Amino acid sequence: MSVRRPATLTTLLTSCCLAVPGPAAPAEGGLVQRGKDLYGQYCVACHGANGSGVAQTRPKRIGGGPLRLQAQQEGVAPPLRGVGALAADFYLTTGYMPLQHVGLQPRRSRVLLTSGQIRALVAYVASLGKGPPIPKPHPERGSLAEGMRAFTDHCAGCHQVVAEGGYVTGAVPPPLEDATPTQIAEAVRIGPYVMPSFSVRAISDRELDSIIRYVQYAKHPDDRGGWAIGHVGPVPEGLVAWLIGMAVLIAVCVVIGERLKHEG
Amino acid sequence: MRARAKDVALSALLLVVGRRKRPRLRRGEHERIVPEQPPDAGGELLAIALLAASALCAIAFVAFYALDRLPNQTQLLGGALGLCFCFLAAALIVTAKRIVVSEQIEHEYPLEEHPHEQETVVQIVEESGDRLTRRRLFKLALFGAGGALGVALLTPAASLGPILDVDPFYGTPWRRGRRLVDGTGKPYRAADVEEGTFYTAFPEGADREELGASVVLVRLAEDELTLPPALARYPAEGIVAYSKICTHAGCAISLYRTPLFAPTEPGPALVCPCHYSTFNVADGGSVEFGPAGRKLPMLPLAIDGRGHLRAAGNFDEPVGPSWWGVRNRSAKP
Amino acid sequence: MIRRAVRFVDQRSGGAPLVRKALRYVFPDHWSFLLGEVALYAFVVLVATGTYLAFFYQDGTAVVHYRGPYPPLRGEEVTEAYRSVLDISFSVKAGLLIRQTHHWAADVFIAAIFVHLLRVFFTGAYRKPRELTYWLGVTMLVVALLEGYLGYSLVDDLLSGMGLAIGYAVVLSIPFVGANLAELIWGGPFPGKHEFFARMYVLHVFLIPILIAVLLAAHLALVALRHHTQFRGERRQTERKIVGLPLYPAYTPRSLGLFSAVAGVLFLLGGLVQINPIWLWGPYHTYSSTNGAQPDWYLGWLIGALRLVPGWDFTVGHYTLVPNPFWGGAAFPLVVFAFLYFWPSLERRFSGDVRYHNLLERPRDAPGRTAIGMGVLTWTSFVFFAGASDRVDVLFGLSYTAQIWTYRVLVWVLPVVVGAVSYRVCVELQRGELVEHERKRAEAEARAARGAA
Repeated sequence: MSVRRPATLTTLLTSCCLAVPGPAAPAEGGLVQRGKDLYGQYCVACHGANGSGVAQTRPKRIGGGPLRLQAQQEGVAPPLRGVGALAADFYLTTGYMPLQHVGLQPRRSRVLLTSGQIRALVAYVASLGKGPPIPKPHPERGSLAEGMRAFTDHCAGCHQVVAEGGYVTGAVPPPLEDATPTQIAEAVRIGPYVMPSFSVRAISDRELDSIIRYVQYAKHPDDRGGWAIGHVGPVPEGLVAWLIGMAVLIAVCVVIGERLKHEG
Repeated sequence: MRARAKDVALSALLLVVGRRKRPRLRRGEHERIVPEQPPDAGGELLAIALLAASALCAIAFVAFYALDRLPNQTQLLGGALGLCFCFLAAALIVTAKRIVVSEQIEHEYPLEEHPHEQETVVQIVEESGDRLTRRRLFKLALFGAGGALGVALLTPAASLGPILDVDPFYGTPWRRGRRLVDGTGKPYRAADVEEGTFYTAFPEGADREELGASVVLVRLAEDELTLPPALARYPAEGIVAYSKICTHAGCAISLYRTPLFAPTEPGPALVCPCHYSTFNVADGGSVEFGPAGRKLPMLPLAIDGRGHLRAAGNFDEPVGPSWWGVRNRSAKP
Repeated sequence: MIRRAVRFVDQRSGGAPLVRKALRYVFPDHWSFLLGEVALYAFVVLVATGTYLAFFYQDGTAVVHYRGPYPPLRGEEVTEAYRSVLDISFSVKAGLLIRQTHHWAADVFIAAIFVHLLRVFFTGAYRKPRELTYWLGVTMLVVALLEGYLGYSLVDDLLSGMGLAIGYAVVLSIPFVGANLAELIWGGPFPGKHEFFARMYVLHVFLIPILIAVLLAAHLALVALRHHTQFRGERRQTERKIVGLPLYPAYTPRSLGLFSAVAGVLFLLGGLVQINPIWLWGPYHTYSSTNGAQPDWYLGWLIGALRLVPGWDFTVGHYTLVPNPFWGGAAFPLVVFAFLYFWPSLERRFSGDVRYHNLLERPRDAPGRTAIGMGVLTWTSFVFFAGASDRVDVLFGLSYTAQIWTYRVLVWVLPVVVGAVSYRVCVELQRGELVEHERKRAEAEARAARGAA
């Protein structure tokens, strides 16, 4: 059974020393080379040469203040051998990577790379070792009912039952309204940051299709009751009860209770 | 027939435009109670218009109700009925401000108390009891009977539930050898439980809604485990099982925090979404953060000949939120 | 024709004198005196919409497979209760409107009681002879909180089911007798016997509404018997003389207009703003939960308290004397309600004022009361705000754990600060008024002196 993450520091350091440059795939030589150049620009400071990962920051005596930040951005990051096109595509198309600051939770942000650059980087990372390809989910083949049940079982605890995002101690599972079906499939298989990962054994491709179909539905769910106010329940409901309901009624009381003009 | 129609039309016209002359004070009557005030024709028309609008909205409501398959039917119905009431409210407020007589009147507050009547009441009560010789005993008997009757009448409430027997709180449906199954009843094989994923398991054949039934399964690397000696034999090949019910207030623990890259990310933990009690999965379920006062109960696991996961006993502690006797004994089958 | 009707009633009931008195009953006019009526009319809407819902709701906990028109739940195992509410929402015409109006009415009902309570407290309306009226009101608030909780728990959706489990944990946490009490209520450990939902149903639909109605009738009767308090707006308004509008004709359209406005706002909300979309949450199972689950707003102070109390189970040997949820879920509300109940007596004791009062005070006229009231209000409010701090983290990125630690300090420090500041503000406002008064008097004297000269 595959071990998902580096077990000890020693293993990491050892693998660094034994790093062998990955061979460029001959058919896409140009794309992979371009990807390697981009990798050198954006990724090598944390992920190390040839995706070998960096186990610990080299202690550099460069004083305090703003220079310390520079040292931190040359940070600790996992190796990318064998993560495949799947992981690279996910982290780059969402803007999770490049990460501003080691230790931050990667979040969806403005993607600074063009799609051509992303394709090149993905090709390069995929060439670093055999890994899963970019998935091709088919949500239309999934079942909405199965998706709701599976999402509630596996995902709602962190992402909230209609994918409005939530909180877990130490991280903020994001809302999924901007997630594409491919990205959802990728995230489920990777388990980014502190999210659990679910292999095909845990969630089959068919169940994943259903989950993705449900997430797509959850972006525009049945709101026959009116203005949905965020789909998160009593907190916005209470705000409406006070800021609309009570505000209007107190105003009505003020109008009705206007004191009569009197004599004396 | 035509004469009839003409009459109706004339009456309707008169209704809308006709106005009554203000009645003069009739001779021989009392002074006015409600003061006189000049009329407000504009106010009257405004109120009538608002009432008409209100009526229209009410009719719209009935129409929306009658029409089938109207899109946004709830919004139309609510809008119509709500506006109907709002127009009615506006009409009534206009009536209050401009149509009915506005007056301020004075009144005396009622007397603070009525000492004479109070005394009379006391006197009546006291004199009524004069005949009694065994006053204290009688009172005791009366209150005793009343109290006893009250207790007797309340007693059948005990049938609402067991009260004295707290044994059920310690019980769970787990037994030694019982297989772990998923939500569809399929048994878990140890080989299917992977690191970085979490699974929900139930005892085979049991009622899944019982608090003691659901468990969370996770697999850790053997060297990640830091269990105390008492729990050292609980995992099976690094697979650990904890009760899914939070020991704080009973919500299902459906959050598993597991780092993709341990050096820069928070460590593995099970977290409850209600008040964020955070339980360490590697050391037997201790509370890392949050208001839970008790560690998460752990289920000992074993792997049978076919590779299926089975319980090797009951939890090390009773499951669910704490009560008076929760630490008195361990969970029992 | 009016004469005929009046004669009919008086001949058969002898009620003309009472009606004559009632028609000219005096209502002092101030807008804040209408807040209690807002609550009253919200209650009327609750009873009306609730009766309609009760005809369609089923309190069964038997598990069925959903076969209704909502696709994501097709085939799901749900209880009869949940399915009946899904049917009300999807299959009964106007069902969703009535359901949502009922829920909005509950939220507004308790909000109105709360604002009414603030007015009563900060103007001293609870003083002799109105302590009884006040205690009836506080009791209605407590009962209304329970009624709302039971009402939304009857639906058996994921959010309210989680809330019921928490309620169970709070009952369980009562020292010594918690487990026994929980067994009595639920018929055993959670989720309890099938009859538990029937119990909630009977309480919510029958017993508690009757209780509220009785308390309300007594409350209104006492207000009428002792007459309403008034502000000293004009010189002729005194402790002995009440000035205001007569019930008929002036007050009647105002009151009816307020009722219509309340009904209008509630039905507009019920049709236009979605509340408690239970089809999105799914059914409750003890082994399911979702992030972002919250109780209805009026119980938000309790979830805040439960999250703020650090993780202690207070044990002595093997005995768990005070399990953790007790502090936030039971002790905290008990302290607040005890404060509300005992306040009139405490104020009498400490101020020495045992007189009869018909005139209200402005908050500035009673700096001590205002300061203490603002302090307690701040304490409760900040615990309330703490309850939503996880959504604040999701929306604004403020660390949840940092917020919790900040609130833990704030809820003890801030009430003292706010109380002290309120006291000073009241005293300064009074001083300012005194200066104004003196100035006007001096000017009048000067004018008189000039006139005489």
